Amino acid sequence: MSVHPPLDPAHDVEQPAYRGRWTRRVVAVVGADRLAAVGAVVLLLIVAAAVLAPWLAPYPDDARSATHSLEALQGPSAEHWFGTDRVGRDVLSRVLFGARTSLTIAAAVLAIAAVVGVFLGVVAGYAGGWLRDVIMRVTDVFLAFPALLLSTALALILGPSVTTAIIAIAATWWPWYTRLSASMASTIRGRAYVDAARCLGVSRGRIVARHVLPNSLTPVLVQLSLDAGGVILTAASLSYLGLGAQDPTAEWGLMVQQGQSLFSTAWWVAAFPGLAILVTAFCFNVLGEGLRDALDPRRGNR
Amino acid sequence: MARHLLRRLGQAVLVVLGVVVVSFLIARQVPGDAAIAAEGARASQAQLDEARERLGLDQPLPVQLWHYLQALAQGDLGESLTTQQAVTSDLGRALPASLELVLAAMLLAVVVGIPLGVLAARYRRGPVDTTVRLSSMLMVSAPVFLLALAIQLTFATRLGWFPAAGEYDRALDQTSPLTVYTNLTALDALITGNWPILVSTLHHLVLPAVVLAAYPIGAVAQMTRAALLEESNQDHAEMERAMGFGRLAVLVRFSLRPAIGPVLSLVALVFAYSLVNSFLVEAIFNWPGLGSYTANAIRSVDAPAIAGVTLVIALVYVFLNLVVDLVQTALDPRVRAA
Repeated sequence: MSVHPPLDPAHDVEQPAYRGRWTRRVVAVVGADRLAAVGAVVLLLIVAAAVLAPWLAPYPDDARSATHSLEALQGPSAEHWFGTDRVGRDVLSRVLFGARTSLTIAAAVLAIAAVVGVFLGVVAGYAGGWLRDVIMRVTDVFLAFPALLLSTALALILGPSVTTAIIAIAATWWPWYTRLSASMASTIRGRAYVDAARCLGVSRGRIVARHVLPNSLTPVLVQLSLDAGGVILTAASLSYLGLGAQDPTAEWGLMVQQGQSLFSTAWWVAAFPGLAILVTAFCFNVLGEGLRDALDPRRGNR
Repeated sequence: MARHLLRRLGQAVLVVLGVVVVSFLIARQVPGDAAIAAEGARASQAQLDEARERLGLDQPLPVQLWHYLQALAQGDLGESLTTQQAVTSDLGRALPASLELVLAAMLLAVVVGIPLGVLAARYRRGPVDTTVRLSSMLMVSAPVFLLALAIQLTFATRLGWFPAAGEYDRALDQTSPLTVYTNLTALDALITGNWPILVSTLHHLVLPAVVLAAYPIGAVAQMTRAALLEESNQDHAEMERAMGFGRLAVLVRFSLRPAIGPVLSLVALVFAYSLVNSFLVEAIFNWPGLGSYTANAIRSVDAPAIAGVTLVIALVYVFLNLVVDLVQTALDPRVRAA
């Protein structure tokens, strides 16, 4: 979803943005929505930074457990653009490597949540009846649990780590996808082409796989990009509380927590990772909004 | 209407039961041994066994669950392992302080967020709209702990306009002691006419409430704008414009009421979210609420306390959703028919 080919003048804003294949609509509207376009470009840069962190980072060893106590708490300078932390590690290098941690967590959480959530949702929506009721009530129970608290409990049971954070956040995130795809699936179930397939003797599983699932996916994709920012914020909050990534790992929330007590004297230790969280979440949010406007015909004219 | 209400109530009861079971399981899985906590770390094996038996920890899980439900029905959430007091009485003190903060933030969200959304919808695509969209997007994207640190440093530490921490000036406990009715300090001070504490509380409340309100304000502004724009595409809006009502009047007098439904459900959702977010804010502003209590419970692996907090927050969420649903039904006849 993060690749956006340059805007073709042939489908400029003059055309109704919601005509044609959805890939085209995305290009047209994201191109027309400057904020979303900027978000997409910055996100590409962040992803590139995450992938290329070992080569981009001026001091790659500082992303792990290296310490240089003589260089502790230096302000931003030519050698250390973002300054150094309490044990003298280069903050810029850690922020770059932190992008890896945050994006990995976001991708893993959303993948788990979407696969589990969409599977249950499509089953609930297509099957209907008591199965739907059971699935939806279980969904309600998990929706009622605040992500941060369930994560806290899981972190206590499994021990705090990046993996625990992923499991914990995914455990509270899937219900949204179940709700979304259940309502899509139950709408699609009543469509004429599904009836036609059923009359032709197509099996249930095949109908779900070939008709219901693909047609439920567009809103899920939009939701994924809208949610990525939220997942990154939640993951950062967890490690800020000490329940996610642990020390030598470069993780933005954890870095803010480590810099917190120094904030009035050495602001850069907490500020740069904090800003990294803000910028990444912001870009995902504007891109998600742009995509939603692009793919939802009712919102297409905004 | 009555059927709809009963159905919703039934669903809410089911969800609450589910929440109770899950929070019970969490409490039993968390590796803090209640027997050791009750008898002390130096207790002998025999004492521990005796305590396990007394606390019912030697029985099978379903039996334990049954006892937990029985106790819960009598309003007993067990005893905190750290404070050695009933979890319910601990929560009775901690929850109001958090609610004070969250309610202040929600008030800000509604009072600031809805007008911002209306303005953005009225001047759609203009500079006002762009400014509102950008700033509300920033507000929902900012990590709350970073915001708290930045605002505390700027307005408390550097400028000194507001106090940096605490709920009110503790010295006032000597000069004008507070009579406690509700544990909502601001409300108690108001009822009893305790002006020094009221003023001090409000003064302390400003910064954490503003920080906590950032996300709700942004989300409410976005939702109001989107719902109003959707509504202004409807036929009734066109007719009202044809009748000569100005754009702002069409939005505020006619479109806001049908658009308020989604905004209300958002507020309920964000309320629960903010209650959890307040944990992070409370830690930074040293606010004596649920956040501090939970942080302590986490640090000392206090399972009954953690389960209690989880349960209370889930209950708040279920309750709010129910209220919103009923309010929506009252406001919008279309929901009643569905």
